[in-house]
Amino acid sequence: MTGGSRGLDLVAVVLVVLATVGIGTYGLRLARTTSDFLVASRSVTPLWNASAIGGEYLSAASFLGVAGLVLAYGADALWYPVGFVAGYLVLLLLVAAPLRRSGAYTVPDFAELRLGSRSVRRLASLLVVGIGWLYLVPQLQGAGLALRATTGAPVWAGAVVVAVVVTVNVAGGGMRSATFVQAFQYWLKLTAITVPAVVLLVAWHGDGRPDLAAAAPPVFPDRTTVQLDETVRVLVEQPVDVVLDGRATVLDRGPHRLERGSTAVFPAGARVPHVEGLAATSGDAWARPLSGAGGAEHPLYATYALVLATFLGTMGLPHVLVRFYANPDGAAARRTTLGVLALLGAFYLVPTVYGALGRLYAPEVLVTGRTDAVVLALPTAVLGGGPLSAALEALLVAGAFAAFLSTSSGLLVSTAGVLVQDVLGGSVADFRRATLLAVAVPLGLALPAVDLPVAQTVGLAFAVAASTFCPLLVLGIWWRGLTAAGAAAGLVVGGTASTCATVVTLVGAEGDGWTAALLAQPAAWTVPLAFAVMVGASVATRSRVPADVGRTMLRLHAPEPLVLSPPG
Amino acid sequence: MTEPVPRRVVVTGPRSPTVRRPPGRQGLQALDEQTAVGELLVRSLVRAQLGLALRTAGVVALVLGGLPLLFALVPTTRDTRVLGLALPWLVLAVLVYPALVLTGWVHVRLAERYEREFVELVDT
Repeated sequence: MTGGSRGLDLVAVVLVVLATVGIGTYGLRLARTTSDFLVASRSVTPLWNASAIGGEYLSAASFLGVAGLVLAYGADALWYPVGFVAGYLVLLLLVAAPLRRSGAYTVPDFAELRLGSRSVRRLASLLVVGIGWLYLVPQLQGAGLALRATTGAPVWAGAVVVAVVVTVNVAGGGMRSATFVQAFQYWLKLTAITVPAVVLLVAWHGDGRPDLAAAAPPVFPDRTTVQLDETVRVLVEQPVDVVLDGRATVLDRGPHRLERGSTAVFPAGARVPHVEGLAATSGDAWARPLSGAGGAEHPLYATYALVLATFLGTMGLPHVLVRFYANPDGAAARRTTLGVLALLGAFYLVPTVYGALGRLYAPEVLVTGRTDAVVLALPTAVLGGGPLSAALEALLVAGAFAAFLSTSSGLLVSTAGVLVQDVLGGSVADFRRATLLAVAVPLGLALPAVDLPVAQTVGLAFAVAASTFCPLLVLGIWWRGLTAAGAAAGLVVGGTASTCATVVTLVGAEGDGWTAALLAQPAAWTVPLAFAVMVGASVATRSRVPADVGRTMLRLHAPEPLVLSPPG
Repeated sequence: MTEPVPRRVVVTGPRSPTVRRPPGRQGLQALDEQTAVGELLVRSLVRAQLGLALRTAGVVALVLGGLPLLFALVPTTRDTRVLGLALPWLVLAVLVYPALVLTGWVHVRLAERYEREFVELVDT
């Protein structure tokens, strides 16, 4: 983030954008009909499709956020990446093949096909659009923050750049171009995060392998300048001599307010002040699970709730499901999912390295609380500037932008797909209009720079998905007794409960103690609640089980080699 | 919705090279016409696949879901060091990923075997 590397960072962003648009245009020549646009004519091979799913899934939360969470919360944050991957195993076990065999394009399609109900379909459409928008907002905001951190551009610029590129690409080529783009983005992201990690580890080794979990809370390794892009309240644990806006002063123990636009210079070896709400943690506590590192309350409950949300929420993310219809058959859908497991597993080995090294070399992110910045800050912090660190930082910026672009475009395809099917007509022109509508709303929400923490908004999307689409899909696929009324009741109760809980958390009204823990990680009670309501209401209305449920079950589970006549 | 969603054909021509001959008429007809036999066939397939999925999920839930409980109940496991790494980090940051892929691989093999058996059953 020195002046010299800014130009290089900008070049990296431009290159990623050009490559994305270029591959999108190549795909455009092949896209001809609405069916092409929506599911790439189902002709995508498992490796392409798995790469594409991986590329689409690895968002800003994975590329930047996981390292930040590990840095702040230590061992307990390791469950985030584990859950992000394990969600695909659950998807493989319970959903992948039957969903593909159902022949539906989207979750609302599945709901209508399985339950024969237009109202459940509309309810599901509403949820797809809601979850899609919820997930798009942090992507756009993350892009804005990353562009500002690396090139100094205003926050809105990054959000607008990502929104425009993605809209042009998706509206222009639909899912086929998105498939090529996404597959390319996976490999770009894997390279962009792995190469710098290896160099950083070598440098750490050469540095005499300092203890990653030292007994004391983090200290500044060198004299460190912290630029404050927004006003923060920090907690100082030990009096510290700082140069604040060029004036030497002492920050005493206790809370302090650091104004937006000010610059603080901390001496080497000083304890790092923490932004309020993020407790200082000794290395022992940080490295140990269930220690409540970073100030997390009720860590055992929070761990289980997080596991439930991520394991069960993945299958309910709209941009994840839409891709399964691009497989030629159920068996290919399974193999694709297995491929995704391997690709994601390889990727998620790496962010932890940044989190652990970041605590040692770039602890200043704890002052601003923007721990997401650690990945981009590390090359300079470890290697101390120079062409190598500038090149690595540019590579990371490229990877981060690939993450914003790919996840946003995946979300856009699925949100627009539902809008075009359920709100507008079914033609290619309508798909383009739907795309505009699908991007305009989240951009409008992201631009006023509402301060929604990336990880928490993404967590809300997972919790809502786990509390709505997970019971709908699992019960719909495996249980004959599901009725339209039962599904609707479960979707309404699960969706309302999980949304309310996290909205309360996001506006900061969650209180403390158990209330806060239950509201901040609602999945542990909203998922069982949604399942219970769906089963209970279905049993109560069991006379209305669809008459053709046997035929639907055959359609969902019969292997393709059996040649069957069309249903109905 | 201005247009009805077009009805789609469910399952199409034999794609898998494992199918050497077209399926026999009787089993297929039973499936297609929703006879008692066909119903029974489908129910048994769904039960077998669900059983497999739940068994695999059970193993994962027991092993992965048991970890936080293990850390909570046996605090020494939080600090145990293996190969120079703290046990929780070795498991959660490294070993868990190949284990998940391996579990998925075993599941895919078994699920495909159940499907082959179903095809052979119908095919008689």
